[in-house]
Amino acid sequence: MSGPKSPHAEGGTPVIGPGHSLASVTDQISKIVLTRKTPMGWFIGLGVAMLGVGLLISAIGWLLWWGTGVWGLNQPVGWGFAIINFVWWIGIGHAGTLISAILLLLKQEWRTSINRFAEAMTLFAVMCAGVFPLLHVGRPWLAYWLLPYPNTMGMWPQFRSPLLWDVFAVSTYATVSALFWYVGLIPDLATLRDRAKSLVWKRIYGALALGWRGAARHWERYETAYGLLAGLATPLVVSVHTVVSFDFAVSVIPGWHATIMPPYFVAGAIFSGFAMVLTLAIPIRRIYGLEDFITMKHLDNMAKVILATGMIVCYGYAMEAFFAWYSGSPYERYMMANRMFGPYGWSYWALITCNLLVPQLLWSARVRSSVAALFAIAIVVNVGMWLERFVIVVTSLHRDYLPSSWGMYYPTVWDWALYLGTIGLFFFLLFLFIRFLPMISIFEMRTLVPATGEEPPKKGLHIASAGASSGASAGEARRP
Amino acid sequence: MAQVFHPSTNTLSKVSIFGGVFFVLGALWLVDELNRSPYVTQAGVVRAQPVAFGHKHHVAGLGIDCRYCHTSVEEAAFAGIPSTKTCMTCHSQIWTEAPMLEPVREAFRSDASIAWTRVHDLPDFAYFDHSIHLAKGVGCSTCHGPVDQMPLAWREHSLNMEWCIECHREPERFVRPPSEVFNMDYEPAQPQSELGPALVRELHIKGRTNCSACHR
Repeated sequence: MSGPKSPHAEGGTPVIGPGHSLASVTDQISKIVLTRKTPMGWFIGLGVAMLGVGLLISAIGWLLWWGTGVWGLNQPVGWGFAIINFVWWIGIGHAGTLISAILLLLKQEWRTSINRFAEAMTLFAVMCAGVFPLLHVGRPWLAYWLLPYPNTMGMWPQFRSPLLWDVFAVSTYATVSALFWYVGLIPDLATLRDRAKSLVWKRIYGALALGWRGAARHWERYETAYGLLAGLATPLVVSVHTVVSFDFAVSVIPGWHATIMPPYFVAGAIFSGFAMVLTLAIPIRRIYGLEDFITMKHLDNMAKVILATGMIVCYGYAMEAFFAWYSGSPYERYMMANRMFGPYGWSYWALITCNLLVPQLLWSARVRSSVAALFAIAIVVNVGMWLERFVIVVTSLHRDYLPSSWGMYYPTVWDWALYLGTIGLFFFLLFLFIRFLPMISIFEMRTLVPATGEEPPKKGLHIASAGASSGASAGEARRP
Repeated sequence: MAQVFHPSTNTLSKVSIFGGVFFVLGALWLVDELNRSPYVTQAGVVRAQPVAFGHKHHVAGLGIDCRYCHTSVEEAAFAGIPSTKTCMTCHSQIWTEAPMLEPVREAFRSDASIAWTRVHDLPDFAYFDHSIHLAKGVGCSTCHGPVDQMPLAWREHSLNMEWCIECHREPERFVRPPSEVFNMDYEPAQPQSELGPALVRELHIKGRTNCSACHR
């Protein structure tokens, strides 16, 4: 497309396919939700995901019945899968806020088509992440003890423990992400309310839309609220994984007690988050025919973010090795040697392959324009980031200062069941989301529709223009 | 197009959004209050006993010392529940025919124990030792209240951990000279703000607040 008047033709590749009008954008996105015929593949996918949820429930039930002994945890490896998977999921949950908040503030218009489901993905990933520490406390029914409330024990939680900071960091993140996601949904929920055929769905979407009429005052308040939430969410992108890294860095275990941890963790989180967005976006745009909205431009940009953050992560690996040597500490040096050539050496080299070597392919524009290659690389990065957490948790713990307390860690079938179960939960929620809510922000996409003779060209922050154009009719933008 | 919602929905939604906040806060407050109430803690609740033993009568009326029955209180963790023989030292001579005391005589004849209802029962995960508390000047009535005024015994305090730790954190507010621990009518001779810190120094009282002091 890209007529010379289009404001979006950066480098020639469009962020929305050619030939779209305001109406066609609304139609194409809302019909996925409002259609009477749900594709068979959706039911199959949901069914498979529900099997995963069943596995999750079984794994949790078994754990609660027998206790954490069913896991492979032991002394010295007291953290194991529970913390590995927690960190992995939390990391994945970082892309949503980054895309929503930081890219919004930086006015990166290409974020528009991926922000909605990246935010949803964030929420679901945080839910999956929450499962692990909650169960790892051993008595999840007493998990509320982590909160500072006026209890009959006369005790506060241990404010000097990073594990407690985690509680605040993650719950704040979950709250702000949920609010951000919901506030962003309101205008679209009103669109769905106006377009739904049955009264039941009109009522459901109507109740969720909180009486949105698309009035100019509504848009003004919406913008204020969304901007404020973006401002609130921005520091959270950095703070959450920083605090998670403190779980490690504040300890005195070789390989954990390092100042590199916070930036290295944040970069890793964005790295894995974008990899997961790619992993999901590629099949979804294909299955639902959304190639016009999630264009090659988006995939290309995400690949570049993955490459950049991947390089930061690799700098972290290099610095870990350098510090271990430069510290002169025999324990740090041994930790690094053990990490590379010890009994878990295979995991370190697999990690280097997945996170350092494979993403280098993204330097090539040809690779970045191949959907299949991007999908494969995204999967490899997901695996690599899981391995990274495995390496950090297990290789540092299983051999620390005292050789007499060394040991090995082997996950049990219940460790794997719980992990696979959370993946099932993640996809279960995601399938429900793409069926019942607009997975792409309709009103924000409308602002990307290139100017035609009827439409005045839009410039500046796109929310403002959406407000102006939508003020005319109820939930929807003015139709050309 | 017909309206999706009745106009009253506006009011309803506003009430539910704002009311929801107060409802949640109110529910939490209620749980907290309930958790500290006698319904949960049994504080102040008179407990039925197989024999209507009155501390008030025996202590205030007759002047029997605590240690006459609770013999091990100064030496052991457990204060001791008197054996039936302790009751019978007097009741083999007085009130020998009283119907009220028939369960005591029956227990004595059959050599069985009287199944008293325990009033102060700490959970098993909390270690408690009477002897150290007496040695460091914690009086009976500090924890057990005016036992000499109790016809049937009740628990004076909640036995919640916050109650224990209140004294462990600031023992100077509660301690008395060890000679006064059995005195049910104790009043400090000088202001507690002077006496307490002096006793803490003199008796080397360390109000231990580390977890393993009680959770061993």
